[in-house]
Amino acid sequence: MNVGAWEAMFLIVRRELCLSFRRPDQLLQPLVFFLIVTTLFPLGLSLQLSLLRDMAPGVLWVAALLSSLLSLDALFKSDADDGTLEQLALSGQGLTLIVVAKTFAHWLVTGVALILVSPVVGTALGIPGSAFATMMLSLSLGTLTLSWLGAIGAGLTVGLRRGNVLLSLIVLPLAMPLLIFGAGATDRAISGVSPTGALYFLAALCVFTCTLAPFAATTALRITLE
Amino acid sequence: MWTWFYKLASPPYVYGVAAVLAPWLLGAAALAMGYGLIAGLAIAPPDYQQGQAFRMIYVHVPSALLSLTVYTVMAAASAVALIWRIKVGHAVSAASAPIGASFTILALVTGSLWGRPMWGTYWAWDPRLTSELILLFLYVGVMSLRLAFEEPSRGDRAAALLAIVGVVNVPIVHFSVVWWNSLHQGATIVKLGAPSMPGSMLWPLLSMWLGFMLFFAAVLCIRLQGEVLNRERQSTWVREAVKS
Repeated sequence: MNVGAWEAMFLIVRRELCLSFRRPDQLLQPLVFFLIVTTLFPLGLSLQLSLLRDMAPGVLWVAALLSSLLSLDALFKSDADDGTLEQLALSGQGLTLIVVAKTFAHWLVTGVALILVSPVVGTALGIPGSAFATMMLSLSLGTLTLSWLGAIGAGLTVGLRRGNVLLSLIVLPLAMPLLIFGAGATDRAISGVSPTGALYFLAALCVFTCTLAPFAATTALRITLE
Repeated sequence: MWTWFYKLASPPYVYGVAAVLAPWLLGAAALAMGYGLIAGLAIAPPDYQQGQAFRMIYVHVPSALLSLTVYTVMAAASAVALIWRIKVGHAVSAASAPIGASFTILALVTGSLWGRPMWGTYWAWDPRLTSELILLFLYVGVMSLRLAFEEPSRGDRAAALLAIVGVVNVPIVHFSVVWWNSLHQGATIVKLGAPSMPGSMLWPLLSMWLGFMLFFAAVLCIRLQGEVLNRERQSTWVREAVKS
């Protein structure tokens, strides 16, 4: 059966979405983790909303980073364990295409969910409604970039038995610029300053990783799979 | 014309070259660093603002520069190893990583010792300091990824790819002082126009930098010998080299 590139990508994305909606617990766990982490900060720091507001962007972004790291471990692992990934790699479609489709599906499942929940968490942390647009835009650029950085890390650690800690060790340093600009943009929007500069930087990072990371992630998978 | 270059892909040849070069490089490094230390710590005048404490620059700046240079060398060797499948590249990369991490730690420690009297704090969350710390984490990541695989060759290639991906951090560290309004002072030496430093302070610094470069090359040669011997331990030439 001959399948075009777009159709193959569509099929893989559909398969991934189908699989994750059949296991709703795995879908919800990173989200609940995100909520728990953001709850821990007010308990540990201060219950005063005025003080929390200053830290809210950082708290939000660190929680988003950690919760997407949590789900990244599974990006290639279950498919590599049962041999599906080898089958996909042998299917005649380029491996890069498969990586793009799988990573995009991962973002659709984890990133978009985080963005949709963020206004609730933002309100709880005292972020004013006027900053929601910036917060959600920065989070959508940031989580997409993070999914790509994570795809490289997940590709490198897929064959390892205890790759989870190593995955964080690899991805978190690379994600730090993201945290700086993402939290910076939200912070500026809260204090009423134009956040466009930080948003442009985030968009540039996003375009940069979206164009180059697929090839790096593919090479990583080739190294660990073959 | 390119034969000398092709020969560098052969482990026994590289082992021999490294063994010959190491003592010479070490001697040259001792000369350059000896002059730099004496001229920098004893002869150069104290800074009009920073007093005697500015002398930390003679260790801090070369080690910070080297932390970036070594990373670039490591990433270039990794790229050579991945693209042309030259095994010696992995050996160079594996031998460089701990040296680079040590230079990064040295830069961070000397910087914070200098920061205490000058900025009033050991550590500030400043772009350049933070990105230098990220560089240390990248070194640690590359080193632990190499060790994480049961098959050494797979670990080599995975670490090589991570080293290449991490190169994006090198310009961030270098230009962080320019891009962000940073607490860390700007460039003094490597910039267009005359350096903002008199010769009596500048020459010892340049000599220290040269000395650090030579020291890195010397330590790389020594570590590379061990790395090559360990990697080629099944081959006959290693058995003969170890016997003799």
